[in-house]
Amino acid sequence: MLFKLTIVATVLAASASMAIAADQPIIGLITKTETNPFFVKMKEGAQEMATAKGAKLLSASGKSDGDNAGQVTAIENMIAAGAKTILITPSNSKAIVPAIKKARDQGIMVITLDSPTDPQSAVDALFATDNYKAGVLIGEYAKAAMKGKPAKIAMLDLLPGHPVGITRHNGFLSGFGAPGLDGKTMTLGKTADVVCMADSWGDQAKAQTVMENCLQKNPEINLVYTINEPAAAGAYKALKAAGKEKGVMIVSIDGGCTGIADVKAGMIAATSQQYPLKMAALGVAAGIDFAKTGKKASGYVDTGVTLITDKKQETVDSKDTNYGMGACWGKKS
Amino acid sequence: MNARLLNRLPPVATLGPVVALLAACLFFASQSDRFFSGQNFSLILQQVMVVGVIAIGQTLIILTAGIDLSCGMAMALGTIVMTKFAVDHGMNPYLAILCGVLVCTLIGAINGALVTKIRLPAFIVTLGTMNIAFAVMQIYSQAQTVSNLPDAMMFFGNTFHLGQTTITYGTVLMLGLYILTWLFLRETAPGRHLYAVGNNPESARLTGIATNKVLLGVYMAAGMFYGIAALLSVARMGVGDPQGGTTDNLDSITAVVLGGTSLFGGRGTVFGTLIGVLIVGVFRNGLTLMGVPSVYQVLVTGILVILAVATDQLTHKKG
Repeated sequence: MLFKLTIVATVLAASASMAIAADQPIIGLITKTETNPFFVKMKEGAQEMATAKGAKLLSASGKSDGDNAGQVTAIENMIAAGAKTILITPSNSKAIVPAIKKARDQGIMVITLDSPTDPQSAVDALFATDNYKAGVLIGEYAKAAMKGKPAKIAMLDLLPGHPVGITRHNGFLSGFGAPGLDGKTMTLGKTADVVCMADSWGDQAKAQTVMENCLQKNPEINLVYTINEPAAAGAYKALKAAGKEKGVMIVSIDGGCTGIADVKAGMIAATSQQYPLKMAALGVAAGIDFAKTGKKASGYVDTGVTLITDKKQETVDSKDTNYGMGACWGKKS
Repeated sequence: MNARLLNRLPPVATLGPVVALLAACLFFASQSDRFFSGQNFSLILQQVMVVGVIAIGQTLIILTAGIDLSCGMAMALGTIVMTKFAVDHGMNPYLAILCGVLVCTLIGAINGALVTKIRLPAFIVTLGTMNIAFAVMQIYSQAQTVSNLPDAMMFFGNTFHLGQTTITYGTVLMLGLYILTWLFLRETAPGRHLYAVGNNPESARLTGIATNKVLLGVYMAAGMFYGIAALLSVARMGVGDPQGGTTDNLDSITAVVLGGTSLFGGRGTVFGTLIGVLIVGVFRNGLTLMGVPSVYQVLVTGILVILAVATDQLTHKKG
């Protein structure tokens, strides 16, 4: 029985090998998870570009944020599938480096989307938002909107040691006027205005708990920085439960469609919008270019960030939520 | 269901996983011309080696009707201990590896002691040690990945050639451990005692088996396997990863269940677990080659797990 099955398998394998088209460039996209809408958008952008330009897109992801082993496995499977370009949003900026090196040693072009590797030079190119600038924009906005009123700030951060979380955090404080925090600082800055700081893991439920505890610690909080809009939504729920939603300003980063709706509804004062769909589309285009010409992309490509608010401040450039809705996570840009 | 069909269920429980694995291989071979090659099978083995070795320990524990939720975190703590000892404290890499394996064995010993001496349920004990291992790892590593490891630690990630195929030493180690454990369970007295304790601890005790010693030994041996898995993880990833191991506890239980080992204890084989590990690996690899998102692998795994447990439940009721 087993012997027969093996023979059938061999025959099937041989016949299948004739049916595959050979000259379509294969491009792999590896995201952190399958479920986060940010990555769903990213995949959409990649698929659209691949379909339009006649490339085959393979996708895979880790199981959860931080699942490095899953991403390493995905890289190996992409290589086995014959991908010549791999686009990846690394879950662990350092731990993924050896696996990326193995792929590049075989002549595969590797581009990181959204988050850098550590060191950034471990890949051919990085297509991402300038996270520091995204922070600076909402920091400057908050400074202007506070109109000189003394600030008591709660900061809902990402997770311990994550570079994207740290640069956004420091960008915000820098935009708000704190000196000496640049985009390369890799520790969380803290100023006298900051009365509460905690990790939200970018998760609405966790952020709500964190915000409740921050309010317990200091009921005077009047400005909330959040790592992303789910965290902002959690913070808003906590504020609302405490009857403080009117007097407290929330600023955030991401610019997802749900987040922009929350800005429109007045729950979030302003958000820095980034463009995952564009990151992925650019990545696929670079992969197709590489397949045709052998020319690799290189360096850092800023995919742009826009401040979105309906309560415009004269001193800070911004667009309104109608623009934000049209471009949420890169529909158009 | 009639009696004749029920009588035929035990062979289904043993053969089911093998048939599922072969069917999956047939399917993927028909879908992708890149699937059916020695190189690709070698790759799949290499991808499953960490969870594969963890799952040996998990099998031993489940055979005694226990469960271990701490295995993934114990493994991850092991990777941090061995890499930090070698990189940050300049310890001889082999000694550092030994320290990592010992830490994992210690966690196993704590699990075993709490289960046997204070008679706490394994589920609760290992839930506790899982959290403790995670916290200790985060505090000790400051949530930082350890890189720039000495070459000696990467040995099991290196490859040798067998014809056209490159094979990692880690894969060979994993398969070796499966064979050794299989022989141990089949051919030695302690191995038979383990089954007896899993089947019915009270009657095992009455026949003169030191059940507590057997259980403590099982948890410690499992811990040692997690330590070896830690070494394989370090060799495969090239780093000590403080965010690693998060889903390895459930992945290893999945493999054991897919392999037909009974959660009620006393029945099952490590060979089945290896098949279970491979089923998951083959689906992940095959679906990626086909260009299907990996979430479908999760879907299929979920269905297979329920089928496996249902089969086990039906055969168990009969016996």
